[in-house]
Amino acid sequence: MRFAVCVFPGSNCDYDTFYIIRDVLEKDVDFVFYDQKDLSKYDCVVLPGGFSYGDYLRPGALAAKSPLAEAVVEFAGRGKLVLGICNGFQILTELHLLPGALLPNLNMRFVCKDVYLRVENNTTTLTKKLDEGEILRIPIAHHDGRYYVPEDELKRLEERGQILFRYVDQDGNATDGANPNGSVSNIAGVMNKEGNVFGMMPHPERASEDILGSHDGLMLWYSLISD
Amino acid sequence: MKRVRVLIKPKEGLLDPQGRAVEEMLKDNGFKVRHVKVGKLVELEVEEGEDVKKLVEKFIINPLIEDYEIEEL
Repeated sequence: MRFAVCVFPGSNCDYDTFYIIRDVLEKDVDFVFYDQKDLSKYDCVVLPGGFSYGDYLRPGALAAKSPLAEAVVEFAGRGKLVLGICNGFQILTELHLLPGALLPNLNMRFVCKDVYLRVENNTTTLTKKLDEGEILRIPIAHHDGRYYVPEDELKRLEERGQILFRYVDQDGNATDGANPNGSVSNIAGVMNKEGNVFGMMPHPERASEDILGSHDGLMLWYSLISD
Repeated sequence: MKRVRVLIKPKEGLLDPQGRAVEEMLKDNGFKVRHVKVGKLVELEVEEGEDVKKLVEKFIINPLIEDYEIEEL
């Protein structure tokens, strides 16, 4: 399985993500740059966190108009795997590969801390090695993470099992207090209805080795690479 | 060329924490105000005949979360 990690001007989690794939998962991985158009030799494309194009206009808005973004749309259309983390998630919503949008945090602050996530659907390519309802501790680091979808679309996401993770407290309750950014229905990650494009605000690449304080993100990567 | 101004604001019904904070500040200073929204402005010069509506809707705003108005200057 061959990975591509997308690099836009302003990406800053690209090396962390590359490191986890190459050194922890021991899989082939290349950086692909914003001006490239060919993803044909890859099986999975990861859009990493950061501040692509300085978050100008809106987070992810300019990256979504780059040549590489066009290639990602084509790649996803062929049913290949796409994972967007943090700014990558924002880019995927701007591309309409994922539903909804990510708005400024309700408290208008950058929030950088560990959060608890509850696995809402463990039958997906990204979560199949986890248990349903399992609680993960993974950090977030964002200013614009308030997930928003209109109510009717939210209902459809729920019905189709497209909600991957919710922000919860340590006991697994999706309370307002456990919601770090005001996301609708405490949503931290979603997938498309075809089940091959995934987006999440928390950073699994920052929680994939014990030395980093948590390895709860590791099972997501293992899910991705296992049949 | 013509000069165009695009006014962008958070979509009606969407919670706008910046607008809310500014509204509170104005009220604290004795002003009777409501419905404050904070948005952004994009000004540009375009060749006559360019499709400004398409330019704005496809490349400048996100219609899920933003409303806009186009003014010709």
